[in-house]
Amino acid sequence: MNPTWSRFNITSIVLGFAFLYLPIVLLVVFSFNESKLVTVWGGFSTKWYVSLFHNQGLMDATWVTARVAVISATVATLLGTLAALTLTRYTRFKGRTLFSGMVFAPLVMPEVITGLSLLLLFVAVGLDRGFVTVTLAHITLTMCFVAVVVQSRLITFDRSLEEAAMDLGAPPVKTFFQITLPVIMPAIVSGWMLAFTLSLDDLVIASFTSGPGATTLPMKIYSQVRLGVTPEINAACTILIAVVAVGVIIASLANKRREVQRQRDEQAAQRG
Amino acid sequence: MSNAAVTAATSSRATAADKSALARLGEAFVGRLVILIPYLWLVFFFLVPFVIVFKISLSQTAIAIPPYTPVLGFGDGLAGFFAQLNELSIDNYTWLTQDALYVNAYVTSVIVAAISTVLTLLVGYPIAYGMARAPAMLRPTLLMLVILPFWTSFLIRVYAWIGILKPEGLLNQLLLATGVVSQPLIILNTYTAIFIGIVYSYLPFMVLPLYSSLEKMDYSLIEAAKDLGCPPTSAFWKITFPLSLPGVIAGCLLVFIPAVGEFVIPDLLGGSQTLMIGKTLWNEFFANRDWPVSSAVAVILLLLLIVPIMLFQRAQARAQEQDK
Repeated sequence: MNPTWSRFNITSIVLGFAFLYLPIVLLVVFSFNESKLVTVWGGFSTKWYVSLFHNQGLMDATWVTARVAVISATVATLLGTLAALTLTRYTRFKGRTLFSGMVFAPLVMPEVITGLSLLLLFVAVGLDRGFVTVTLAHITLTMCFVAVVVQSRLITFDRSLEEAAMDLGAPPVKTFFQITLPVIMPAIVSGWMLAFTLSLDDLVIASFTSGPGATTLPMKIYSQVRLGVTPEINAACTILIAVVAVGVIIASLANKRREVQRQRDEQAAQRG
Repeated sequence: MSNAAVTAATSSRATAADKSALARLGEAFVGRLVILIPYLWLVFFFLVPFVIVFKISLSQTAIAIPPYTPVLGFGDGLAGFFAQLNELSIDNYTWLTQDALYVNAYVTSVIVAAISTVLTLLVGYPIAYGMARAPAMLRPTLLMLVILPFWTSFLIRVYAWIGILKPEGLLNQLLLATGVVSQPLIILNTYTAIFIGIVYSYLPFMVLPLYSSLEKMDYSLIEAAKDLGCPPTSAFWKITFPLSLPGVIAGCLLVFIPAVGEFVIPDLLGGSQTLMIGKTLWNEFFANRDWPVSSAVAVILLLLLIVPIMLFQRAQARAQEQDK
């Protein structure tokens, strides 16, 4: 029996999505506002985008953030994938409970605690605060998110594929690179993207662990927001949203195409 | 196929026997590395820092770089270690428990987070329920639409609400224009604004686990209840809600735990009139530069959250078992 989609269901979805999207839409709309007042419409203009590109401080911060995000997402994806493999493949080893605790706890840990504790670690080992410390902090936070994303793919993975490869004489490491890795690749890619956006986004941990010369974009935006809402910040936010939205859409389209291709291959295999 | 069978199959090939022994050794080494690398990373960057926070929370503020008196180092040998042991103090903790400001901040944070969690559940449940009942063709798109805001910056989404909630903001313009209110509502810089901010920012965290447990539900159960004369409301409370309980628990923990220590939302939407512990810790650290006290604040916050965090981890482990 197919469940019915009642009017109540449709209304709650429409209202829910309106609630989720309206603030973002308004933010984008007002970034094109001629008037300096963010909440009064004064005509269409792109002047805030132009002034944005002349704001050297903001551009520097963007560059720092992009570098931190790319490096930390890449390392975090490597570590997170290893952590996911450990969680799903090695069910029995000493300290496994501690390990899974250390993977899951950072997901919900208040950022002020993570930020403060990492800062105190960096001070204790005598590492100067700056680009390196922010990157290390972001790797630690985001690798856990990558681990969860990859792990959920590994759980549903059909292990008979690996066993077949090994029966045919492929050594485990080769099996991993030729069979397992291609299958979990979509999860690894979305893990990387999640890590990238989380790093791009983070204010609290970056504020604790960053030092002079390594101001990230969220830190810059935050310090300007505290002084008041300006259309220039709206413009910066709109660009950030656009970058992420384009990335997510491209990734999901690629994913869909791969999925269609896979289904076609499976059908062909069944016919053949 | 079991591991033993695989091993037997490999070793039966006599010519490859030596190589396979070596390969097995290599395999064991690789397996060890797979575990060790992320393990050591997390121990060093997640566990050790907490020990340091605890250590520094027992020290005293000092005008120095870093701004606290050194505690428990082995730099001066064992005698120095014991000498320093005497200097440890729980002053910071006694101070925290005696100062009404901190006690208030903790209590308020827990209450605000609890109320926000219930509100998020109330808003999120109908959305997740509607999604789970949507035609199967539409579901991936709906799911994507819930996840998408999560990919856009948290800071930006909170910032967007300032322009809406301000006294001369968009919400008040709308309400005044339609004649719903005659005076602009004061929402920004109140707890109401914090509630709105938390519900808005954490909604996807609530909807996703709810949806995944509602989607798995067998709707023939509801049909059966209906056939036996059970009214829809009581069918919901007797069947649907209990079956979605794992999702409810996971969603509530995902919202509640980070919300207690939330900084950005109370700071940007709550203003100076509201009191929450994440903001207190931030100010203690950045404005007062009192590292030992902010460490003590963090330790107590962590102790408050340790039970919900363990519940969360157990719920995760159980969900993982079920997926297998």
